[in-house]
Amino acid sequence: MLFVSYEFIAFTIILFVLYYLLPKKWQWPLLLIASYAFYWFASPYYLIFIGTTTVTAFIAGYLMEKAQDKTDLAIKNAKADGTYSTDLKKSLKAKAKASKWKILLVSMIFNLGILAVTKYTNFVITNINKFLAEGSALKAVDLIIPMGISFYTFQTVGYLIDTYRGTVKAEKNIFKLALFVSFFPQLVQGPISRYGDLSKTLYSEHSFSEKGFTSGLIRILWGYFKKVVIADRIITAVTSLIGDTDLYQGAFVMIAMFFYAFELYCDFTGGIDITIGIAQCLGITVKENFDLPYFSKNIKEYWNRWHITMGSWFTDYIFYPLSVDKNMLKLSKWSREHLGKFWGKRLTVYISAFIVWLATGVWHGAAWNFIVWGLMNFAVIMISQEFEPLYEKFHKKFGFKNKAWYGVFEILRTIFLMSLIRMFDCYRDVPMTFKMVGTMFTKFNVKIFSDGSLLHLGISGADYIVLAAGLVIILCVSIYKYRSKKDIRETLYENPWIWYGAMAFLLIVTLLFGAYGHGYDATQFIYNQF
Amino acid sequence: MDEIIAILKELHPDVDYETNTSLVDDRIIDSFDIISIVAEIDDRLDVQIPAEEIIPENFNSAKALADLVARLEDED
Repeated sequence: MLFVSYEFIAFTIILFVLYYLLPKKWQWPLLLIASYAFYWFASPYYLIFIGTTTVTAFIAGYLMEKAQDKTDLAIKNAKADGTYSTDLKKSLKAKAKASKWKILLVSMIFNLGILAVTKYTNFVITNINKFLAEGSALKAVDLIIPMGISFYTFQTVGYLIDTYRGTVKAEKNIFKLALFVSFFPQLVQGPISRYGDLSKTLYSEHSFSEKGFTSGLIRILWGYFKKVVIADRIITAVTSLIGDTDLYQGAFVMIAMFFYAFELYCDFTGGIDITIGIAQCLGITVKENFDLPYFSKNIKEYWNRWHITMGSWFTDYIFYPLSVDKNMLKLSKWSREHLGKFWGKRLTVYISAFIVWLATGVWHGAAWNFIVWGLMNFAVIMISQEFEPLYEKFHKKFGFKNKAWYGVFEILRTIFLMSLIRMFDCYRDVPMTFKMVGTMFTKFNVKIFSDGSLLHLGISGADYIVLAAGLVIILCVSIYKYRSKKDIRETLYENPWIWYGAMAFLLIVTLLFGAYGHGYDATQFIYNQF
Repeated sequence: MDEIIAILKELHPDVDYETNTSLVDDRIIDSFDIISIVAEIDDRLDVQIPAEEIIPENFNSAKALADLVARLEDED
């Protein structure tokens, strides 16, 4: 059931009606039934995978909590019978930590193992076959990759680590945990929620609120507008441009790069708008996944604003634990003593960041292009980090830093760089990407902007007008948020005519200008494949 | 507290660490800075900050960081 389908819209409307008509205590169980039904519609087999992940996470959480409770009780008893000492407390805590660690490790290996086997087996086989003779090549395996497995596995592993750390209490009701793992609006493409955040509103009883519900509806419509009016329209041109690498070189590659940047932005942020909007209609708060990413002034900032929940997942669960690990701190100390101040401060940061970006690339897909894409991000971030003192000197001398035009330049530079790196995602072939990007600098076919070539990419002049108008609307809304630091809905809500007018406008524009009749079906979201 | 401010000053000398209480929220210090701080604290004060303590609330100000270090020292 695609987000962009009549079935999904009908499904959501029925859910909304039942959610507010049934007694409030039935709200979260209803969401669980709806989430499992949503997954069942995609494929009944998927339920086996998500069910297994839920059951194992529940057991692991329960056992870790039990180990902790046992220790707390032992400390309490020791205090009561006078045998308490700091050393005893330390030893009991260390024992609890060791047994919790074992449970965490087994449950993580099991669940990440399912993800690895389903998603990466064929990638490994293909790469092994490169070293084998043709006759002895291994056969690719026909494996099901459950929908959203990367998202729900990461969400579950986050829950397990938080329980291990004691930052959240283990969920005692398996059905509640099942809802956390499977909450349907975020199954398709995230955000990757934390149990501590989502559980605050997921299981509560919610009364209907006109403001909350209509605010959610506007967010949903805004998401559909971005997805079906922009992303599903421009995809035709992107597919044409990427599809014929002999014909579309030079300036065409530049166009493909910017079109893809626009498509991906509208596709991914639009999908997340639908997710967060549905949750808001249900009274549930889902963490934001974007904060005006295309207004970032450097790549590091971009990664703080784009796919925020994935970035913070990697930072909190891989980057920090790796960086503050005892052995890493030892290495840090050693490098300070033996490699001098420069490398002493950098070595461990470089190692941790390299591993995180490698993992980020692998998470996106089982292909070399994603790995190279991840490492390119790593390289650019590190290079810009090293250049920072130089930039500071430059700014002190010329005083550009606070000039508005320089801010715009920094934003455009970041968009260009990010779009360039993303070409690996576009062509999905590393040597081909290098070749095509190379033609941007060697083939000067600028005449394509005036000879009508751009009208032969599968989109008409009218489509270009719709895309340009869409870009202007998105820019206006974004600039408003950037300058005022508040969501435009807060202002629109002040006047009911404007509020409901905006809703009607988005609905009509999406119905009239959605890319439905272009000879292709509504497409799946790009991030659904990850 | 003085040692903590000295560590922070080495990273960003222009920031007023006595008054600023949103170092992480305002993106004045980032994840790279945080692990440098953790390594420096381990080195100079012999206090190990575990990963679960690396949350914005503990790094938003010099005082919060000093409180964290004091708490970890106590627990030891």
